[in-house]
Amino acid sequence: MNFLNGMTLLLVYQLVGEVTVRLLAVPIPGPVLGMVMLFLTLMIRGRTPEPLQNASTALLSHLSLLFVPAGVGMMAHFDRIADEWLPITLALFFSTIITMVATAGIMQLTTRWFVRPGQGGGQQDE
Amino acid sequence: MNEPAIRDIWVYLSASPLLGLTITLVAYGLAYRLYLKSNSSPLANPVVSSVAMLIALLMVTGTSYSEYFEGGQFVHFLLGPATVALAVPLYQQFSRLRELWLPVTISLVCGVVIAAGSSIGLAWLLGGSTEIQMSLAPKSATAPVAMGISETIGGIPSLTAVLVVATGIVGAVLGTKLFEWMRITDDSVKGIAMGVAAHGIGTARAFQVSSQMGAFSGLAMALSAFATALIVPWLVDLIGI
Repeated sequence: MNFLNGMTLLLVYQLVGEVTVRLLAVPIPGPVLGMVMLFLTLMIRGRTPEPLQNASTALLSHLSLLFVPAGVGMMAHFDRIADEWLPITLALFFSTIITMVATAGIMQLTTRWFVRPGQGGGQQDE
Repeated sequence: MNEPAIRDIWVYLSASPLLGLTITLVAYGLAYRLYLKSNSSPLANPVVSSVAMLIALLMVTGTSYSEYFEGGQFVHFLLGPATVALAVPLYQQFSRLRELWLPVTISLVCGVVIAAGSSIGLAWLLGGSTEIQMSLAPKSATAPVAMGISETIGGIPSLTAVLVVATGIVGAVLGTKLFEWMRITDDSVKGIAMGVAAHGIGTARAFQVSSQMGAFSGLAMALSAFATALIVPWLVDLIGI
C-alpha cells in the first residue's frame, strides 16, 4: 500500500503538470512542471512522506532500465543514422565531452570565487 | 511440440505486450549481472549491453520496433513519474544547494547553452541536416524532456531519445576519466558536470562513485531538465534556424 500511495502521488503530479502545460501552452514538458510542483509542495510541508520516499527511491535506483526501450529505438533509425553517421557520432561524442569538461571547469571556478573556502570549493586533496 | 502450435504461440506472443516487457526486464537483469561481474566497469554499462541484446534478439526473430514497443512502452512510461520523483532528492539536497546556489546556477545555465550550442554547431560544421541538429540539441536533458523539446524545435523525438541514451553512455563511460585528467576531486563539482552533460545515465554512474556525487548529479539533471526546456527553444530562435 505504501509504495502504491507514493506512486499514485507521483502520477497525480505528472498528470497535473501535463494538464497545466497544455492549458497554459507553456513549452515545458509536463513531468518537469510536475517535478517543480512536487518540489514546492515538499518545501512547504517541510518533510518527505515515507510512501513518496519509497516510490521515488524505487524509480530512481533503476533509472538506467527506464532508458532501455528508447535505446532499442535505435533500430528504427538505422537508415537515418547510416545516412548521417559522421555528424551524428562526432557531434554527439565531442559535444558531450565539451559540455562535461566546461561545466566542471565553470563549477570549479565559480565555487572558488563565490563560496568561502572550505565549503566544498575543490580544496580537498586526495 | 508440432509446428502449428509453436506458430500459434508466436502469433499470440507477438500481438501481446507481455513478450516485449518481459524481454526488456530479462535483458536488463542479465546486463546488470554482467555489469556487477565486471566490477562495475563503466564500459559494461547495463544500458549498452541490454540494448545490444534486445536489438540482436529482435533482428534475429524479425520483430519490428513497434511490435516490441507494445511491451517496452510500460517501462518507457515510467520515465515520466521518475522525472517527477527527482523532486525528492532535489528537496533533500536543498540545504547544500542553497549554499552553492550561485555557482550551481551559473554552471547550469552555461552547461545547458554549451551542450545545445556545441551539438548544433558541430553537427552543422560536419554537414548534418537541420533535423539532425535539432534532434541533437536537447540531448543532454533527460529523455522525456528532450523528446518534448525536440518536437517543439523541429527534431525527430524518437531519434532524440536514442541520442539522449548515447549521450548518457558517453558521459557515464568517460566522465570519471575526464575528471581525473582535470584533477577535480570535489564530488559536488563532478556531480554537477555529470548531471548537466549526461542526465540519468550519468547520475546512475555518479551514485556508484559516491552518494554525494549522485545527489548532486541528480540535482543537476533535474535542474538542467528545467533549464533546457526554457533555454533551448529560445536559443534555437536566437541562432535563427
